[in-house]
Amino acid sequence: MTLNRRDFLKVSGAGAAAALTGCATTASSARPHVVVVGAGFGGATCAKYLRQWGPNIDVTLIEPNDKFVSCPISNWVLGGLRTMDDITHGYDNLPRHGIKMVKDSVVAIDPAKRFVKTRSGASIAYDRLVLAPGIEILTGTVKGFNEAETTGKVVHAWKAGPQTALLRKQLEAMPDGGTFVMSVPAAPYRCPPGPYERACMVANYFKQAKPKSKIILLDGNPDVVSKKPLFTDAWNTLYPGMLDYRPNNAPLAVDGSKMTVTTEFDDVRGDVLNVVPRQRAGELCAMAGARNDSAGNWCAVNFTTFESTTVPNVHIIGDSVLSSLPKSGHMATNMAKICAAAIVELLAGRQPDPIPVVANTCYSATSSSTSGYVANVYRFEAGKGYVSAPEGGATPKGDALNFTYNESWAKNIWAEVLS
Amino acid sequence: MTKKITLAIVGLAGLALSGIAGAADIHTQSIASTCMSCHGPGGKSQGAIPSLAGLDKEYFVKSMKDFKAGTRAASIMKRHANGYTDAEVEAMAAYFAGLK
Repeated sequence: MTLNRRDFLKVSGAGAAAALTGCATTASSARPHVVVVGAGFGGATCAKYLRQWGPNIDVTLIEPNDKFVSCPISNWVLGGLRTMDDITHGYDNLPRHGIKMVKDSVVAIDPAKRFVKTRSGASIAYDRLVLAPGIEILTGTVKGFNEAETTGKVVHAWKAGPQTALLRKQLEAMPDGGTFVMSVPAAPYRCPPGPYERACMVANYFKQAKPKSKIILLDGNPDVVSKKPLFTDAWNTLYPGMLDYRPNNAPLAVDGSKMTVTTEFDDVRGDVLNVVPRQRAGELCAMAGARNDSAGNWCAVNFTTFESTTVPNVHIIGDSVLSSLPKSGHMATNMAKICAAAIVELLAGRQPDPIPVVANTCYSATSSSTSGYVANVYRFEAGKGYVSAPEGGATPKGDALNFTYNESWAKNIWAEVLS
Repeated sequence: MTKKITLAIVGLAGLALSGIAGAADIHTQSIASTCMSCHGPGGKSQGAIPSLAGLDKEYFVKSMKDFKAGTRAASIMKRHANGYTDAEVEAMAAYFAGLK
């Protein structure tokens, strides 16, 4: 049987109808229109909850990529525990919420006239705009990085995708007895425990497949930034003698021909180099004029609404936000909900929750069968920002139970964001 | 026909979700939704993490109190339980008990 348009409208409600007709509602129409840019953890979740809590709101989600590739668990791909397929998911379920998905890139934002321009030439008007671009990686801050990256010799793999697959191939091709050199950017950066989990995952792979190999971790920070007891315990007990940890060793330059990373102290040679440069808020935020901290790197927001402190009607969620909240996919997902709830209230002319509470949960694997966590609940306090509740914190040692929770967490958050 | 039924189910699920959300105050709705990042959409979990949907209200409140007091063995939940007030725990318990 062929489903006609009237049948479809009858059964699926107004939200799906908006998606069906495919018209981007203009800012002047009766139904408010929220445009969300970026369908990662934050953006996809925000679009979904805007539709769920504000059925009268039209939501357009703009994303250039066909698929969602998860940064969390991408270190497991490097360690051989998972494949790229395992961390790659479709956006097929999102239109069912009445979200209009647009496959395009935003190239300009006019916050005064309230519209975005896309690469394909479309202008899309909004009542409120949510930017969830993730991070911009400052590749120019490490001399030689751009050249080495272009030739595929050295990658950061700090945005999950083709670079993750390439780095895994480089590790597989490395002979036993080789050296993997990885650099950790100066904080703040995306995923504070990420570099140390990556070291564990590579160590786990080396222990099984190339036991004579070494890892040199060049940290741009004075000490391990996150979950220090968890990671140092793993390095000492699971991989003794394999890992050489060097604090205060920011990379200044990288040479993809000589395969060296230059620090203030020496040239460090490796067989596989993984340089992760420093980061700032995604470029979309700069287009809106919202990268507004003193250095022009991060975005200050009103913490009850995630609206920019300087650009009205533009909300920023996820890694780009200037705050005490960790830059994690989990936190982006939860910020998205606080932001969506606030936008629903604002568009209805009501006051948003004045004391939002937002939790972070982050698991890191230390081997192919052990993980640890860090968890904190943050409560907004006027004049102070988000304050961490007492007794939040991290596990000192990885274990098998937390590995099973880590696996379950990934499945659940992917479903929460995308289904 | 099959297609029509599927669409009808999707439509109803959407209504059911917004109906439940509308019943809770916005603070409870927000904090309960943040639990779902670990416990799964709608409080339905895949894998080792327990589901919260349809959990008995008294059991939820007692569990959170015991996690907080340290009288129930926990991995991550003591960290989380400490972050919420008793009133928030009561409200979350009612919210999740109402999810089917």
